[in-house]
Amino acid sequence: MTRKANIAGIARPLRHALAAVILLIAAGDSALAQDNRGSELGAELNWWPVRENSWMLVGAGANITASVGPDGVFLVNAGEAQASERVLSALDELQAQLNAFGVLEGRTPERGGAETRSRLPVNTRGPAKPIRYIVNTSPLGHNTGGNAALAASGVTYSGGNVAGTIGDSSDGAAILAHENVLLRMVEEQAPFEALPTDSFFVDEYKLSTFFNDEGIRIVHVPAATTDGDSIVYFRGSDVIAAGDLFDMESFPIIDVDRGGHIDGVLDGLNFILNLAIPEFRTEGGTMVIPGRGRLSDSADVGYYRDMLTIIRDQVQHLIDRGMSLEQVVAERPTYGYEGRFGSDAGAWTTEMFIEAVYRSLSDDR
Amino acid sequence: MNISNRLLALAASVLLVAPASAQMDFTGEWPVVRAQDNTDNPHLGEYVGLPLSAEAIRRAEIWDASIQSLPEWQCRPHSGAYIKRGPSNLRIWKDVDPASRQIVAFQAEWLRSVNTPIYMDGRERPPEFAAHTWGGFSTGEWEGDRLRVRTTHLKEDYYRRNGVPQSDKATLTEYLIRRRFNDEDYLTWLIVAYDPVYLTEPLVRSTEYRLDLNQRVPPYPCTIVTEVVRPEGYVPHFLPGTNDQIFSFSDTYGLPRTLYFDGAETMYPEYRSKLRNALRTPADQ
Repeated sequence: MTRKANIAGIARPLRHALAAVILLIAAGDSALAQDNRGSELGAELNWWPVRENSWMLVGAGANITASVGPDGVFLVNAGEAQASERVLSALDELQAQLNAFGVLEGRTPERGGAETRSRLPVNTRGPAKPIRYIVNTSPLGHNTGGNAALAASGVTYSGGNVAGTIGDSSDGAAILAHENVLLRMVEEQAPFEALPTDSFFVDEYKLSTFFNDEGIRIVHVPAATTDGDSIVYFRGSDVIAAGDLFDMESFPIIDVDRGGHIDGVLDGLNFILNLAIPEFRTEGGTMVIPGRGRLSDSADVGYYRDMLTIIRDQVQHLIDRGMSLEQVVAERPTYGYEGRFGSDAGAWTTEMFIEAVYRSLSDDR
Repeated sequence: MNISNRLLALAASVLLVAPASAQMDFTGEWPVVRAQDNTDNPHLGEYVGLPLSAEAIRRAEIWDASIQSLPEWQCRPHSGAYIKRGPSNLRIWKDVDPASRQIVAFQAEWLRSVNTPIYMDGRERPPEFAAHTWGGFSTGEWEGDRLRVRTTHLKEDYYRRNGVPQSDKATLTEYLIRRRFNDEDYLTWLIVAYDPVYLTEPLVRSTEYRLDLNQRVPPYPCTIVTEVVRPEGYVPHFLPGTNDQIFSFSDTYGLPRTLYFDGAETMYPEYRSKLRNALRTPADQ
């Protein structure tokens, strides 16, 4: 039985018959798909409104950012593979409710005194819009696990020469990511259907046109939690999907073996701080959706940046004193923050984080 | 029983027997009568009276006041866990439902802070994954003439303006009590803070306000500027064990330097004897 998502901010759920979702492609079992360090599948999925078209879906292993509007659905990350069916149901349910209020129509129905059409047919709403794009902010499984199933359910845009000559060019949503995400996924034998369809190798990829009435920037952050990290900036709604470099549940999951580095994480956080403008008293304004955990703003990112800078400096100081990894771990440079972000058990422990910082900063790579 | 004790007992009995449906109006302009943190700036290392966890003490130890000069810190207000004890006067007004005339919310505003609504309309508390704010999310319910307030969704901030941290997991239970004394109106704002990260016990504090019809809470615009030219991403802080400034408090008053490790113990009267013993010189013994 498919669990329904909770949609906060919409007072009265509509009784809505959901079309059956058929997963065309089974989730792959590659190393990346299984690499779900730090992620936990929630008992239920929850939508939370961020601003305008932007929504946050919580509970799929990692936060999924969604722009939902007249142009369709734009997702940042796809969650765990096991959550895909529920994610698709949650998208249908959200769109059904938005449809009830005409949000997806994109225009005001025409009516007037001389209009001969009945009012009732005008209020009949169209079907749910498809997923057009999925962005992967890193190659880790909690971001890419749902790629195959979610992309298969969608329809991307195609145009120009392509539209007329390749019949299936629009089958499935486009999956966008930095080239290093593609390379990592190929290297680790992710299924073909889960691979990014459009990759970029420069500093930034801008969507060619507005989507749901706004421009979208995908900015690569070199050597952050991996060497393929990106953040996604929704310019109109002023929302940033930060990906794994900002994690309100734990210390960031830095994968040194996949090119991650503490300094890259800090560069990404400082970039977000430069981009963000608070509404008032360092609160609100540009909203930041973390890889995991609660919705945030620039003040929260500032705290996280401060914490990681302080820990980085402490680890560097201990390395400069000639300490080994074991000695640095014993010094607990994370002490002061462990009660909030640390863990002694699970897939991503405080000790693993200290090791990642140590390896980032030492020649022990 | 002397007169003051009788008055106290009478006041307590009035509070206890007040009908559940009773309400009190808290609107008005309220200057602070007396609060510990508005009479002076706390010393560095002055952690007495706070049930700090060991991690909180570490955070306070490595805190450098210069962090306030960072662009991300310059315009931050005091958060809901601190402002009621902070150096600021208070204004309270009501939002009223236009149809039912019921109180939707009490709005509280302090200087250099953000508005803090206390919702009275029974609205649902947001889920944990909703954004946290400086003021937090507050709901109120009447207990006789007292208003009991429950506050969650706070941002990280501080309990005292010397680097003592408050986590974003902290919650508050507050009581607003209005009373008349010597023909003047007083408001007692009692705050009980629970913090699973940085407090080992609940922290109970209160502030007295007195109604003043002539008070004004002025606007407080804030502009972020470059106060100090620094490399991007620089964060002022001390390395553990290198911050001698935290001994400012103990050295000023001739107290043992170890007292800032004592956490919750410093809240209780028995701690005075421990301090006396620590201060006793060999000649005294």
